Amino acid sequence: MELIVCLKQVPDTEAQIKVGGDGKSIDESEIKWVMNPYDEFSVEEALKIKEAKGGTVTVVSVGPKRAVEALRTALAMGADQAVHIDDEAALKGDSYSTATALAAAIKGMSCDLVLCGQRAVDDDRGQLGSCLAELLNVPAVTVITGLTVEDGSLTAKRPIEGGTLVIKSSLPAVITAQKGLNEPRYASLPGIMKAKKKPLETKSLADLGLDGSQAGQAGALIEVAKMSPPPARAAGQVIEGESAAQKAAKLADLLHNQAKIV
Amino acid sequence: MASGIWVVAETRGGEIRKVTHESLSEARRLADSAGMAVTAVLLGKGVADKAAGLGAYGADKVLVADSDEFEPYLTEVHASAVAALAAGGQPAVMLMSASAQGKDLSARLSAKLKAGLSTDCTAFRMEGGKLIATRPMYAGKVVVEEKAKTDLHLATARPNVMEVAEDPSRTAAVENVSPDTGTKWTEVVEVLADQSGKVDLTEASIIVSGGRGMKDSANYKILEELAEVLGATVGASRSAVDAGWRPHSDQVGQTGKVVSPNLYIACGISGAIQHLAGMSSSKVIVAINKDPDAPIHAKADYSVVDDLFQVVPALTEEFKKVLN
Repeated sequence: MELIVCLKQVPDTEAQIKVGGDGKSIDESEIKWVMNPYDEFSVEEALKIKEAKGGTVTVVSVGPKRAVEALRTALAMGADQAVHIDDEAALKGDSYSTATALAAAIKGMSCDLVLCGQRAVDDDRGQLGSCLAELLNVPAVTVITGLTVEDGSLTAKRPIEGGTLVIKSSLPAVITAQKGLNEPRYASLPGIMKAKKKPLETKSLADLGLDGSQAGQAGALIEVAKMSPPPARAAGQVIEGESAAQKAAKLADLLHNQAKIV
Repeated sequence: MASGIWVVAETRGGEIRKVTHESLSEARRLADSAGMAVTAVLLGKGVADKAAGLGAYGADKVLVADSDEFEPYLTEVHASAVAALAAGGQPAVMLMSASAQGKDLSARLSAKLKAGLSTDCTAFRMEGGKLIATRPMYAGKVVVEEKAKTDLHLATARPNVMEVAEDPSRTAAVENVSPDTGTKWTEVVEVLADQSGKVDLTEASIIVSGGRGMKDSANYKILEELAEVLGATVGASRSAVDAGWRPHSDQVGQTGKVVSPNLYIACGISGAIQHLAGMSSSKVIVAINKDPDAPIHAKADYSVVDDLFQVVPALTEEFKKVLN
């Protein structure tokens, strides 16, 4: 089974995010970068499938130089090889233009299943897996919490409002991983040592047969016009009272009669 | 020249979901401000008789395709059909809900139609015939305004944010269509219904949420009781989920669900930045936490600095009185 995992390096979820000087992107100084948490589920799932069925796990990322750290982490977890699409013109893209670069890379590989995180916790678009599937002309089953793979098909659990769908799809396909799919393993020390010797290929857009207008910011379909801090909330009210019961009574009254929300 | 605002209705089992009423109401407001018409696309099984009724929520016209192949929802079938209709209609804006279905469909359509998509938006406005979409990024740590570089702008609206405006005197013109549905790759082999029968966190109007301060899974019973009285859904912080007290599907935060209820009651939640990111667009926030320095208090409209194990049961009793 040939498994390809698409990764993104993102700011740690504990990071404070500040708007950068251009007013359209974040201030990247003082950011701790990590592998997108949802991509960890993808890597883990690919490794589990490989352990059960054999095959190769290839991790691919579009990103600046530092993104190589996320690829190394995946290699240390157990992935076999990595491809880093490292090209200035591939950066600052949206889901579509990033998927365009990834699709060009994946088309050159043998592939049964592509695994992506259901969304990246930076721009929160949650579109990449679907865009990639469309560009590869294969099905996508998105936001899944369970997966079994057989010859030529997969069966996935997809939670929706009020229930969970069990969806069967032909292969090759794209899935996007939701929390609950598995518990990602940590990279072991021997794993980290081994990762240093695993193949890590760097590719430019030209290597993928693309020009700068198709990927990154130039190829994006969406442009961010303005970025701001979230609107501040008005200062709140501390509920005073002699006892917990008194405070509860006062709170119930405020929510019912003042805020009229209950 | 692209013109007009389209809404792709969301149906399940022949019923139109409330999120569609939200999208349509917003589409109407946008269309009125830009002098455009609103068209709804209604795909489903046994939905034909619901089409004209979408006029009450703002549709001028409804394109309806009532067929077995549209129930249940399948990504590739719906995306092919909507894309075929859009190619004929040339809309400037296409709205959906940022529901499970809407997110899936819009993302596929974005690549199929090569049209920019703004996901999980909290506000919209029209400027020179183009949509400006406001949406949180980094789970709400920043907010952006964005526009499409393409003639068509796709967008999904965060559930529970757009106000529903209904005028039963309005009806829509109905046109039957039978768009091409392309190749079918997937099938729904089973539907596992959620036994709780509760509204999903993303669509709940009231959420009672518990964190590390709950101390144990069994203690969530007091939150369940409060939720029962309020008709609320119970949520959890990441630490509560990681401790195994609650399922992953209950998690609110940057690596869980981003919610925007009318009322969010945070019980024993300290307010880690990744949790705040997931709930700060709630309309009213209540914090119940005995630690006066817990960051959640700074985000709350109403703070109760006291023991949640005393406050919550007392609150349940108070609401029983008030609501009777």
